[in-house]
Amino acid sequence: MPAPPVQIDRLTHRYGSRTALDNLSLTVPQGSFYGLLGPNGSGKTTLFRILATLLNPSEGAVRIFGADPRTHPARVRQHTGIVFQSVALDEELTVQENLRAHAALYGLQRSAFRERLARLLPLFGLEERLHERTGRLSGGLKRRVDLVRGLLHAPPLLLLDEPVIGLDPAARQTFREAIDRLRRQEGTTIVLATHLMEEADRCDQLAILDRGRVVAHGTPAALKQAIGEETLWIECDDPQDLAERIAKRFDVSTQVIGLRVQLSGPNAHDLLSPVYETAGDAIRSATIRRPTLEDVFMVHTGHGLHENGRPVS
Amino acid sequence: MKMHAVPALWRRELVKFVRDANRVAGAVLQPLAVWLLLGFGFRGSFSPPTPAGMDMPYLEFLFPGMIALVALFTSIFSTISIVEERQSGFLQAALATPVRRSSLVLGPALGSTTLAVGQGLLFFALIPLTGYVPSLPGLALMAGILALVALGFAALGVVVAWQSRTTRGFHAVMNLCLIPLWVLSGAFFPAEGAPSVLQWAIRLNPVSYGVDALRTAMYWPQDPPIDASSFTLSLAVTGLFAAIMLILATRTAGKPVRE
Repeated sequence: MPAPPVQIDRLTHRYGSRTALDNLSLTVPQGSFYGLLGPNGSGKTTLFRILATLLNPSEGAVRIFGADPRTHPARVRQHTGIVFQSVALDEELTVQENLRAHAALYGLQRSAFRERLARLLPLFGLEERLHERTGRLSGGLKRRVDLVRGLLHAPPLLLLDEPVIGLDPAARQTFREAIDRLRRQEGTTIVLATHLMEEADRCDQLAILDRGRVVAHGTPAALKQAIGEETLWIECDDPQDLAERIAKRFDVSTQVIGLRVQLSGPNAHDLLSPVYETAGDAIRSATIRRPTLEDVFMVHTGHGLHENGRPVS
Repeated sequence: MKMHAVPALWRRELVKFVRDANRVAGAVLQPLAVWLLLGFGFRGSFSPPTPAGMDMPYLEFLFPGMIALVALFTSIFSTISIVEERQSGFLQAALATPVRRSSLVLGPALGSTTLAVGQGLLFFALIPLTGYVPSLPGLALMAGILALVALGFAALGVVVAWQSRTTRGFHAVMNLCLIPLWVLSGAFFPAEGAPSVLQWAIRLNPVSYGVDALRTAMYWPQDPPIDASSFTLSLAVTGLFAAIMLILATRTAGKPVRE
């Protein structure tokens, strides 16, 4: 069996005394659209820097198509395309000048570069932009040009670090469609790092990261299913006390997350009025909804995706 | 035909420079202002250590040093972007490609050298202001020496930029090391007649040999009217400086980026 695009085994990375990645293991299967969901500071960017051969990990093993980035960086670089959070293009240069410079860094043949442009530009709707100054393009167009840059050498693996940050909803949608076309036409394996659950929902495999650890993994549907069909969330001032009162009276599993109590189980939604009758005075609000990935994240970490005090950029 | 990284990076450096009007103006005007202000300011009080009976205006004395200053400013202007691009942007993406690390140094350094020579040629047009006109072979020699000095400075800039976290830090280090190197190079005042400590500093400063080489070339094929190190020694030290800096820069670029 050929080696998987990414295989990570007990990877740990420290910056001084701060642990950015903590004993992390995961495998990205061939052809998958693999998401890494976690808040800012959960280790996604550090992991990408290691996969892109820009950083040597403190401990553990990483293999890209079987090659170790530490000992065979050239092979890994040839097989991997990476699109960083910040666009790697020069504003003063035209789209073509930017792409030509990067093609030279990959040592492409002139003819291969032309063929690649002829294929990628229509795929991403950029045919008309080749001679425009990059600095004059909109944020969404710049992202797509940067995506072409990351794909010039036809890598079988593409790493996308928060690719839709800073884009308006329409540009996000256009970017997603471009990614879908790429997957259909080239079968590229994609690893996407994001802190947005609507991005993660589109992946077919997901690892949830928190503080440098994988806290859960599976398909988005399976992850959501695992915490119940429908979940009742109750917001209150003293969740610990409320959870105990509910657990005593009703046959349901409770979990305290922040200022909320989560009731899950097959009959959770039937409990809304009985709970109100028992403890209405303590309840600020109650919601019944199907679990989202944010709920999945909370259940596994005890805190919200966007509640760790870091600004969401 | 294969696309090569060094010419591509060289070209990128030049295109970026000409499209940025501020940089063009800054790079040309700064040395010009230094030269004219100092040249006219010291015109009345400067007496060059030339053989008796020979007079030399300060503008003429300062000219080789001003050419060295062009190399210095160009290297600062063109390597500073490395600081910004290292953590985000172009350089980060470039480091993730299989390109040789030495190409990532050599391409921009050669671009910077070309820019320095281009500006130097502009200044050659102003030489008649000094009242002295060098021979054509002399000017050609000066251009070649300028290229060598600029290459050394550009490589030094890469070394410093690679270890700096912020552009402010980069400026601080570059000013701290480049301005004294320039002032103590015999460009600004002659070694002769200076206190012996300064004379030693000038003798140990590699830039002094670049300035001496430029000064000798300026009067080619005559001997310069002012004492300078032998042409061979000046060229050797200047070439060696550039070679050492290039090796250091390539080694620095081979190391993982500092977090």
